[in-house]
Amino acid sequence: MKARLSLTVNGEAHDVLVPVHKTLLEVLREDLGLTGTKHGCELGECGTCTVLVDGAPVLSCLALPVDLAGATITTVEGMAEGGRLHPLQQAFAELGAAQCGYCTPGILLTAQALLADRPSPTRQEIREALAGNLCRCTGYTKILDAVELAALRIGVPR
Amino acid sequence: MSEDPRGSFEGKHEFTVIGQPLPKIDAWAKVIGETKYADDLFLPRMAYGRLLRSPHGHARVGRVDTTRARALPGVYAVITGADLPRVRFGILPVSQDEEALCTEKVRMVGDAVAAVAAVDEETAERACRLIDVEYEPLPALMSIEESLAHPEVRIHEYGDGPNVHKNVSLQFGDIEAAFARADLVREDVFFFEGNTHLPMEQHAAVAAAGPDGKLTLWSSTQTPHYVHRLLAKILETPAAHIRVVATPVGGGFGGKLDPFAHEIAACRLSQLTGRPVKIACTREEVFYIHRGRHPVLMWIKTGFTRDGDITGCHLRTWLDGGAYGSYGVASTFYTGVINPVTYKMPVYKFEGARIFTNKPPCGPKRGHGTPQPRFALECQLDKAAEQLGLDPAEMRKRILAEPFTKTANHLTVTTIGLGECIDRVVEASGWRTKWRGFRSEGASTAPSEPPPEPGRAGGARARTRRGIGIACSAYLTGAGTAVYWNNMPHSGVILRADRSGGVAVLCGATDIGQGSDSILAYLPAEILGIDPKDVHVHPADTSLTPVDLGSYSSRVTLMCGMAAIQASQRLREVIAQAVARKLEVEPGALAFRERKVGVAADWERAVPFAQAVELAETTHGVLAFAGSYAPPKRAGKYKGGGVGPSPCYSYSACVVELSVDEETGEIELHDVWIGHDLGRALNPLLAEGQIEGSVYMGIGEALMEGQIFRKGVHKNPSLLEYKSPTTLETPEIHTFLVETDDPEGPFGAKEAGQGPLLPVIPAIANAVYHAVGVRCDEVPITPEMILKGLELRRQGRPARVGPARIPVFTFKAPVVVESAFGQPADAIAVRPFQP
Ligand code: FES
Ligand code: FES
Repeated sequence: MKARLSLTVNGEAHDVLVPVHKTLLEVLREDLGLTGTKHGCELGECGTCTVLVDGAPVLSCLALPVDLAGATITTVEGMAEGGRLHPLQQAFAELGAAQCGYCTPGILLTAQALLADRPSPTRQEIREALAGNLCRCTGYTKILDAVELAALRIGVPR
Repeated sequence: MSEDPRGSFEGKHEFTVIGQPLPKIDAWAKVIGETKYADDLFLPRMAYGRLLRSPHGHARVGRVDTTRARALPGVYAVITGADLPRVRFGILPVSQDEEALCTEKVRMVGDAVAAVAAVDEETAERACRLIDVEYEPLPALMSIEESLAHPEVRIHEYGDGPNVHKNVSLQFGDIEAAFARADLVREDVFFFEGNTHLPMEQHAAVAAAGPDGKLTLWSSTQTPHYVHRLLAKILETPAAHIRVVATPVGGGFGGKLDPFAHEIAACRLSQLTGRPVKIACTREEVFYIHRGRHPVLMWIKTGFTRDGDITGCHLRTWLDGGAYGSYGVASTFYTGVINPVTYKMPVYKFEGARIFTNKPPCGPKRGHGTPQPRFALECQLDKAAEQLGLDPAEMRKRILAEPFTKTANHLTVTTIGLGECIDRVVEASGWRTKWRGFRSEGASTAPSEPPPEPGRAGGARARTRRGIGIACSAYLTGAGTAVYWNNMPHSGVILRADRSGGVAVLCGATDIGQGSDSILAYLPAEILGIDPKDVHVHPADTSLTPVDLGSYSSRVTLMCGMAAIQASQRLREVIAQAVARKLEVEPGALAFRERKVGVAADWERAVPFAQAVELAETTHGVLAFAGSYAPPKRAGKYKGGGVGPSPCYSYSACVVELSVDEETGEIELHDVWIGHDLGRALNPLLAEGQIEGSVYMGIGEALMEGQIFRKGVHKNPSLLEYKSPTTLETPEIHTFLVETDDPEGPFGAKEAGQGPLLPVIPAIANAVYHAVGVRCDEVPITPEMILKGLELRRQGRPARVGPARIPVFTFKAPVVVESAFGQPADAIAVRPFQP
């Protein structure tokens, strides 16, 4: 069974006709061409597929678009505004927080939600917020550093 | 031109690009989600493929009936092994034992038997379930002991005995005499559980066959060149008509180094359907693809003088290889041959055996075959130090190998920065006070009622004890030989300068996150005096780029780096000649910097780089230059001497501080200090990242990662059940870069991406002992093991947890060779392909 839906992704409205059981992850990647959202398990276990729904981190591999009418969805492609990188993106690039980069979109969005909630989190708070996002490359060190740097820069705009 | 490929750059340390903490050139694409990994490719008319995998650990394959699957609407093609040429393949020429789709036998749960291409993944999946396969189950052998006990059940028909894939034995010097000279001889048995790479990106491939018979494969592979070669053989298609492109790899760690069933099936399905076909593996399938860390049982006997010197070492290893050969012959050697590189070990004997079992095949995971014996050796050193009353850090410093000498097993060692690594971590961790201090609290020496750790924030844990441990290691910077015998370059680069002032680098190297694309931009930028941004890197496309053997054995920075340096120097020389003519100066007087070429003393007249390129192109023609690299030929002159040689070795020292909860057995890591001799940090930020990632992965292997099988079935093939460290279990990692400027490496650089994993695991085990007096001679160290050890201690028995027995097994008669220990290193050979 297919459903006709209107989804607001990165500020743009999209009309899609998709099977009702198709996940948000699949719709974003396959129907909307937004392949920035990655997947590591499609079972809700790794955090790689995280997107923001109304500002809150959501595992897109478990979310169904039919439940998301009227919601505002943000993917990694929507983080930069008008060609200007989000401070998190800038800090991740500068500090080498993206090695293979595969976990990066999910971690960036989770961190964005954290900083919206707690503009100057402690390192432990960052650890806790990112505990659901696996990264196999970095040992998390540069990721934590980058979130701290971004928080600092958001607090004191350059 | 200079003999030394680093030419005039040696000794001149005012680099502008080298040593700078620059962002990776691909970082920007990665943070905006633009990087296209294999599964991000969507081609017009593309079909989606799935593999049908065996539910049996070991079975004869009978009739495979695809009628019902073919009849399903939306299915384009269904193939079985009968639709592929009857060739067996394998990454190593000596182990040609795989079929993409099994025709006679399946040897593990997860072996592929058929494949489907359909309009979408769901349809392909449904079609797979409609394929009827007749299996005749055979006994599945799930451990080394079972495989050796059942020679009548043969997993393969080849090898060094029933279910024995490889049996090796090497001896360097008189081992019995060495033990006779010792004041202390220890024999210990260790077990290292198998674990997997777990890259966040699951393997995926897209194949597109054209009506002209040509074929392109985009794949998340670390070795496009080997895949290219093997596809030609497997598909019986001329290699000249196959193009393999390695897409940016979302984590490899050694798990994407073989040719795989999904790649081959995608190619065949594309040939049959005339459509591009994508096969993206599920996480569960990635666990079956595996090629990860071998479970290894080890017996190690070492003689020590009372001062802590090693008189000789005898190591035996038994590897649980899983169902196929893969890199296993090399893995077997690697469990033995790198040990003598770290410390003075004048006499050495190594016996190793790899046994086939009906489990996913093991292969090369980060550190390839060396973390297991490293764990054994470093834990044994800790025990010996205690018996001899020595500080384990000082003991290690005393016995460091000599730079520029040979090891017992004839490996040439160049620079060694391990002493400084030890000093740095000992200093930073406060080792001296903590090692004595925690111990004087009696944690490990007075088993009765040692004082609990002073209350720590957040935990009113009364029974928590602190401990600190140290371990060291060495690792190769690139394997000295290719996986197939040849005399060609291991790495090649083509550099093309254009009139814009931009430079294109073509190189077969594969960026798996380690930053090889960036290194390929930094080195030419440094030599040509331009910005890395001016360099465009085109990697890993077999129809476009010169061969690089692949991203494995920590070879890429060194080998591609040396090739890039050579190409850059050739380009620089031609540009220098043209500019010299214009400025009427000697070419040698010219400096290349700030995107200009000129004489330093007369910089106003310096020519902008783009203009310099035009001058050179005017006189020389198109500016395209090649660089090639092959490692020095230093294979030991004995059978088996080809595994182990490397242009140079990296060194690491690690100190770990942790707490152990005596009530729950839980371990909490507090800090890890790691010193790593990487020759030179071409980019300290990326080097640190490699080291931090290695430490993290070592922590996972030490404390939680392990593959569990029950009744022939993988018990934890998911990210939830296969535990790996999150941000919460990964402690603060303090990294110290030690530079030794190795004459073999590009600008003196050695590897940084694998070696730092090695010492972490034994350092943790040693710290656990320091905390609670329990010797864990097995990893992963679980809370149950700690509790068992504590219970043994309470009973007044030796608080050791680990394997009790070794298999009944006859090793080959050894290849006996004189020890080369202490001989001067082979000269830094003049390499092939020099200008
Ligand atoms: S892909 Fe969604 S949590 Fe792993
Ligand atoms: S950067 Fe590779 S998984 Fe995080």
